[in-house]
Amino acid sequence: MKTKSLLAGAALALLMSTAAHAGDVRIMWYSDGVEGDVMKDLVGRFMKENPGINVILDNVAYSVIKDQLPVQLEAANGPDIARVTAIKDLSRHWLDLRPLVKDAKYWDDNFGAQADWMRPDGSKQISGFMTQITLTGGYANKTLFDQAGVPLPGPKATWEEWAAASKKVKDSQKLPFAMAIDRSGHRLTAPLLSYGANYVGKDGKPAPLDKGAKDFLTKFVGWVGEGSFAKDVWVSAAGSTYRAAAEDFINGQLAFYYSGSWQVANLTTKIGNSFDWVATGSPCGPAACTGMPGGAALVAVKYTKNPKDVAAVMDWFAQEKIVKEFSERTLFLPGHKGVVDKGGLDFKTDNAFAKAALTKYVEASKTTADTALKLPGWRWSDTVYAAVVTRVGQTLAGELKLDDAFTRIDADIAQKVKDSGL
Amino acid sequence: MSTTSLTDRLGSLLMAPVHLLMRIIDIPLRAVQKTAGIGGMAAVFLAPNMLIFGIFVLLPLVINFVYSMTGGTAFFLSERNFIGAEQYQRLFTCTNYLDPMSCQEDAFWTAVGNTFWFVILQVALMIGLSLITALILNRDLAARSFWRAVFFFPVLLSPVVVGLIWKWILQRQGLLNFGLYQFGIEPYTWLTDRNWTFIATIGVSIWAHMGLYTLILLAGLQAIPKDLYEAAEMDGTKPARVFRRITLPLLAPNLLVVVVLALIKAVQIFDEVYVLTGGGPGTSTLYLTQYIYETGFASTLRNPGLAAAASILMGLVLVVLTLIQLGIGQRGEKKGKR
Repeated sequence: MKTKSLLAGAALALLMSTAAHAGDVRIMWYSDGVEGDVMKDLVGRFMKENPGINVILDNVAYSVIKDQLPVQLEAANGPDIARVTAIKDLSRHWLDLRPLVKDAKYWDDNFGAQADWMRPDGSKQISGFMTQITLTGGYANKTLFDQAGVPLPGPKATWEEWAAASKKVKDSQKLPFAMAIDRSGHRLTAPLLSYGANYVGKDGKPAPLDKGAKDFLTKFVGWVGEGSFAKDVWVSAAGSTYRAAAEDFINGQLAFYYSGSWQVANLTTKIGNSFDWVATGSPCGPAACTGMPGGAALVAVKYTKNPKDVAAVMDWFAQEKIVKEFSERTLFLPGHKGVVDKGGLDFKTDNAFAKAALTKYVEASKTTADTALKLPGWRWSDTVYAAVVTRVGQTLAGELKLDDAFTRIDADIAQKVKDSGL
Repeated sequence: MSTTSLTDRLGSLLMAPVHLLMRIIDIPLRAVQKTAGIGGMAAVFLAPNMLIFGIFVLLPLVINFVYSMTGGTAFFLSERNFIGAEQYQRLFTCTNYLDPMSCQEDAFWTAVGNTFWFVILQVALMIGLSLITALILNRDLAARSFWRAVFFFPVLLSPVVVGLIWKWILQRQGLLNFGLYQFGIEPYTWLTDRNWTFIATIGVSIWAHMGLYTLILLAGLQAIPKDLYEAAEMDGTKPARVFRRITLPLLAPNLLVVVVLALIKAVQIFDEVYVLTGGGPGTSTLYLTQYIYETGFASTLRNPGLAAAASILMGLVLVVLTLIQLGIGQRGEKKGKR
């Protein structure tokens, strides 16, 4: 009798522990600005409304998402849901939510425009939704320009005009550098496209670097050499490691900083009233005045043990009212068609610079080049970005001549395509 | 008397479960001994340790070798295709091994070159400085224990913390430039200058690990009989000769340990450098372990096979170096016996 009771107790404990795990949904999340806090609040609300599902929010550094998550996914592990930027590259690991969500049509109607960005080529699966649509663009330290007596270049100003104006500010205000651009292939792609670059070959695979790409890279290396562009951020790492130059701009060390819309909340919070700043959109090149679109997506991972609970979480966060609230509180541009079409987003900030910046990004999105719009959904974007960053970084460090860098970029990309077996 | 018997009884009481346990264990062991014989019992006792060694060291080594013979970007062996020695061939495709840019995998050969110079300079400087520090700390200094603790303290720090501390010191707006600026010296970008960054990685790794080697050498110095020094002093032997004829030969076993440990640690350098420089500027501080990590895990379209091949080569170099040093050590021992 005693043995039976013990066995029954053990079985009950086992069942209870299994039941607790069944409702667990782990989200791997990173933050550029204040979105981690907003998400934490929303997760709390979700759990109050859905007491049977326990959401665990792991706030991690972006490098964990970039370097460690892919390895976990390759080993068929990882969280149940993740916020990622390499959405196409890792798309084979995403769960197809189509049969699991309450209303697949709602998802197609509202998130359909970016659905291809996050699913394998040719697939119709619903992998998740964009937590934000981003666009690369510049920021100018207006106070420094005013103090130097240099007028801010106009909306159609070229990269050369911005470089010349920023150099004047640098010399006048004794700044370490005039301009900076994040150490990122995605960021560098915007000016390359403005100079007429096209990464995509006729067969859909990467094409060798063309004249447009070589023209801007030649200018960029020259600008770094003469001290107009910050060298530190580009030579501070090897390989394709990401480095942002936001801290230099926040510390008033730069006249012009090229990054993207996701920095608005970060700059608003950290700069405060220290100086006046403006979003400038993307400077022009001979071919276009384009920024690079992109963003971060919340995607479900196919190795989850609780797909139904994962779908319930995704359904809740994809609601129009939640997407609207999330965008308003994080100062992010929403990726939900209904929210965009209805308009009337009330961004929760009293900061006039932030509001003006967001308006500027909405305007700038209208001049985004067609090639730029295709790249986020292109299988080889990250491969090209990595090769460009690695070799340009080496050139700026004085290890490679520019022509050798061009040859190496083409060779690296060709090797990666071969390695992939596609 | 009564206290002793009480202690004995208490001891017997406490040991009773142990004795019982030993008797229980004794039953199967006797059975095993009958089969294996007394000589075979050593193998039986070693078996658990060998099993752990096999699972956690040998098996991964074999799997790593198998990985190096496969291609593709997948991590599961079942999803990878066998390509023979292609990864090794790719690593060795070079027109001039002294010019990494002439190699197909230029980053690998750059890392090999960087690691080679790092090991030569860092190990030599580390041992020299550790020896000097140990000799100083072996003297009758005021607050000797304090100084010993000061030199050992960095060993207790995590490599990431070491990297971050030095990054804050050396970066453009760091502590060093702030100090220089106070003396009217123009700040310098230490971490973007190829030569300075290489020197910085050597200096930081010496700072972080020197304490341990100093401690080993100090222990060796303290084990040298004092009467040898007294005899030399009575003979009027010069200090340099005392060091060459007494200290160095008697410290040789400790020095050999230090050289082996420092060499292996130097070849494996990764964490503090990764945090401090990220391998930059360019690839000037890209060392082999970082190359393996980035190739296998951190780059877009990872190549675990190539990373495995590079790590097998690195392992072979380490084995050869260790064997050479052990050979030198054994020759020294034989000479000593003669």
